[in-house]
Amino acid sequence: MSKYLLDKFLYTVDRDPELVERYREDPAGTVEWWEAEMANRILNCASAERSTWLEFTEDERRALREQDHVTLFQMGAHPFLTLTLFIAVFERDHGPLEYQKAYGKAMEHISLPYPDIST
Amino acid sequence: MAELAAVIASTHHPFYYRASTSTGADRPPFADEWVAKIERFRETLTRAEPDVLVMVGSDHFHQLWLDNMPQFLVGKAPFFDANFYNEEREFGLPRMTLRGEEDLAAHLLRDGLDRDFDLAFSNELRIDHSITCPIITLRPQADLPIVPVYTNIFAPPLPQPRRFVALGKAIREMVESWESDKRVAVIGTGHLSLELGGPRQFGEHGPDPEFDRRAVEWIASGDVEGCLAEVSLDSLHAPGNATHGFMDFMLMMGVAGEGAKADHVDTLDLFHTMEAYFTWYPNGVPGEVVPA
Repeated sequence: MSKYLLDKFLYTVDRDPELVERYREDPAGTVEWWEAEMANRILNCASAERSTWLEFTEDERRALREQDHVTLFQMGAHPFLTLTLFIAVFERDHGPLEYQKAYGKAMEHISLPYPDIST
Repeated sequence: MAELAAVIASTHHPFYYRASTSTGADRPPFADEWVAKIERFRETLTRAEPDVLVMVGSDHFHQLWLDNMPQFLVGKAPFFDANFYNEEREFGLPRMTLRGEEDLAAHLLRDGLDRDFDLAFSNELRIDHSITCPIITLRPQADLPIVPVYTNIFAPPLPQPRRFVALGKAIREMVESWESDKRVAVIGTGHLSLELGGPRQFGEHGPDPEFDRRAVEWIASGDVEGCLAEVSLDSLHAPGNATHGFMDFMLMMGVAGEGAKADHVDTLDLFHTMEAYFTWYPNGVPGEVVPA
């Protein structure tokens, strides 16, 4: 399991307006494209250089495809990254703070200690 | 030598800008009280007549990323552009450009390294709302040069709380040993109890009002040792999953000094999180005559 790669997906999609829309419209296609094209791009490095070893597990792919924030939390994805991206994707369909409250409510069965988010 | 004109610690609430500028039906019911408290807080900086601002904050996965993550970083550049697309999108924050004070940044880096803080540096740093929120609240004209100091409260493994306090103490000594006639304010922002992306987020109050009460007491009374005795990297998970941002308040307690009572203390209980504002004047309240 790679918390780092989950975080990298959330981070790169959240920071690109086109990718936010693409992930909203076509989550499965975006996850597939991202893993093929972006997962091994080293962000703080010259663009020609790539890593060779980063890939999702099937469970991680499914959680991202299904936009399942509860499972992402339980996998140890960084909660700030998940929250920020999911607000960008879903808040527009809800009234003020309605989405944020429902997001927390869906996790009310989770108690301390929370999953470790260290990468 | 430079003079430490004020030490200021604050929460950084990214919704303040939108709440304070909205009108009519869009204006939240708590906006007027919030603005009044911020204006009183702003006056505490204005009175200190600073020339330069050292701004302590934390990048929220904007420029700093997990493939190259510094624990403590000083920005040394002539300018700092500010705020990012996702902060514009979520909080309505404006784009800004602030001037940098490179001579003080160079001094903090050299002196900090010589004091065994292995500080990272950046010569091209785009700063985020942890620094622009206090600019908006405390110095909205954004006219003073800054030295950004970023801490990692966000991407574990994190430094220990005592290192935040120690760096705060060192920043004070380094500011006061800077060969300059400038007046420097050190401003740092963090959080009290806070939950982001977890089951306790966006409640009626912050996730742990009792922690907030104790935290305000530690800060206001300068109880550095009491705070260090109670707070650990593990303990900070309990009040809320983003409460490690409290370590930036601990850094500012280090700047203010053990036993230093704050000259200005204010709080505002909002949904989701409590706001808290503190100002210390290390060399006396400006304009106040000390009785003989």
